Amino acid sequence: MVLANAVKRDEKVRPLLQVENLTKVFGGGRNEVVAVDDISFAIAPGEIVSLLGESGSGKTTTARMILRLSRPTKGRILYEGKDINEMKGIDYWRRAQTIFQDPFSSFNSFYSVHSFLGKAFRLADNDFSEDERRALMEKAMEDVGLNASELLFKRPHELSGGQRQRLMIARALLIGPELLVADEPTSMIDASSRVGILNMLMDLSRKHGMTIMFITHDIGLAYYTSDRLLIMNEGRIVEEGSAEEVVERPTNAYTKRLLADIPTLRRKWDT
Amino acid sequence: MKNLLKAQDLRAYYRLVDGTEIKAVDGVTLELRPNEVLGIAGESGCGKSTLAAVMSLTHNPPLRVVDGHVAANGSNLLTMPPEQVRREIKGRHISVVPQGAMNALNPTQRVRNFAIDMLQEHFPEMTKAQAIDLARARIEELSLPVRVLDSYPHELSGGMKQRTIIVLSTLLDPKVLIADEPTSALDVTSQKIVIKLLLALLGEGIITSIAFITHELPLLRQVADRIAIMYAGKLVEVGSMDEIIFSPEHPYTRALMGSMLVPEKHIREQRIEAIPGVPPDLKDLPIGCRFHPRCQKRLPVCSQEEPPAKIVGDRTTWCWLMQ
Repeated sequence: MVLANAVKRDEKVRPLLQVENLTKVFGGGRNEVVAVDDISFAIAPGEIVSLLGESGSGKTTTARMILRLSRPTKGRILYEGKDINEMKGIDYWRRAQTIFQDPFSSFNSFYSVHSFLGKAFRLADNDFSEDERRALMEKAMEDVGLNASELLFKRPHELSGGQRQRLMIARALLIGPELLVADEPTSMIDASSRVGILNMLMDLSRKHGMTIMFITHDIGLAYYTSDRLLIMNEGRIVEEGSAEEVVERPTNAYTKRLLADIPTLRRKWDT
Repeated sequence: MKNLLKAQDLRAYYRLVDGTEIKAVDGVTLELRPNEVLGIAGESGCGKSTLAAVMSLTHNPPLRVVDGHVAANGSNLLTMPPEQVRREIKGRHISVVPQGAMNALNPTQRVRNFAIDMLQEHFPEMTKAQAIDLARARIEELSLPVRVLDSYPHELSGGMKQRTIIVLSTLLDPKVLIADEPTSALDVTSQKIVIKLLLALLGEGIITSIAFITHELPLLRQVADRIAIMYAGKLVEVGSMDEIIFSPEHPYTRALMGSMLVPEKHIREQRIEAIPGVPPDLKDLPIGCRFHPRCQKRLPVCSQEEPPAKIVGDRTTWCWLMQ
């Protein structure tokens, strides 16, 4: 965290990701829904940023556009200065990877863990031998706290929600992205192990300079992990600042209300 | 003895086709007192929803009660004839809002039909107009918009659906409301509104006590008077909200409290550590204390014998360290 803050303060560092006037409109006419409404922000290399919002705020739509899974209606997303929608998909996805929200719909139930992870090598530059692949897969699984010898040939239905979510992370690590977009990465993991996964992601960021963008509704998670928070409401970014600033001294009315409604341990609600 | 609701040495297992038993509730004694919100907390798979199902008498096979009883007003509800339970207990003495209840409203019916069905079930002579009047009066009393009665479920927001369900399930003024994760699918603002409704039901004297089941301890800090912590089918610690949240004694409660991520300064000042390992398989439980494989402070006895209850004041702890 300290390191990433230093990077952020150095204004000369070129942003890794730059989002300019991004807009996404679904439907048309009477049914038009502006899910993302003209948002702009930048993320520096090595930074951990959380895009925070409640359901329907447009945070997942934003994440999908950043991952090139959905095209912006207006605006641009620049990765190291290049428009991601003009890059070759494979080139972009080698560098930007994701952990999806729902670990249950992210797996093909006919594939074993081995073949699921094996698919990640399609994005690899090198030709690895089967043994090398196997060793890399096992390493990635051990890195996320999964027992490779026990699980490598299991199928998705034999894994718990938490194991699937860890496996998603293992797959992302195998590709070794510069940018990881993590959409509610711990939604299926229990409180007691959730922090473990987050610590692991934070350590990876620190060790390899991986940039992480958390997409979450969980202010506790965002506050614990992030250098900077972007608060999103009804398609717009309503407040942006360091985690301390936003949580301890919010200025926007929506952020203030959100923080007042979060159940915390020290303060009791005025009911 | 007169109790509001009490589970005594309750054991409820899921029996699978191959004969294996999943011991989801395995020897739980827990009493709900008058005028309190009792929080029942634990991680997924600890048995808290199973306990709620048995205490609200809504359990069905493969879940079976193998031992113990659920008592209310001095009688064992588990041996009461089902017809009597349906007429006298459900909805009148105990009402339950199960997990995901807000999705149980019939999408093709207006909400008022649900109220009519329920009231006529208990009072066959009641007319539709009387039933609607009764529901409307209650909705006004709790300052919810009356329009919900004429709405279809899809016209209501998640928070409003959940509030509607809670109001409807307490129309018969039950003594006890068992609410299983009533706010887990809601965003924080709706969550607070639902909680306020639950507290209003208590405040207005419509219900006497609430058993609030959740995995979210910060939420219980806001609403609970007492908290029971469950782990792998057993209680590990029961005490007042202050005792459990601010001075937990059982190593599991302490570790769980220590791993909570809340937006408060202390979590950014240090690294928060997870509890190593995962909860045990309920089909294959460890011998002795069920938490011992993950416990940092385990003693040799912890892997040999189950810890007995240690009662100090209002707090009960099941841990060898406390003996």
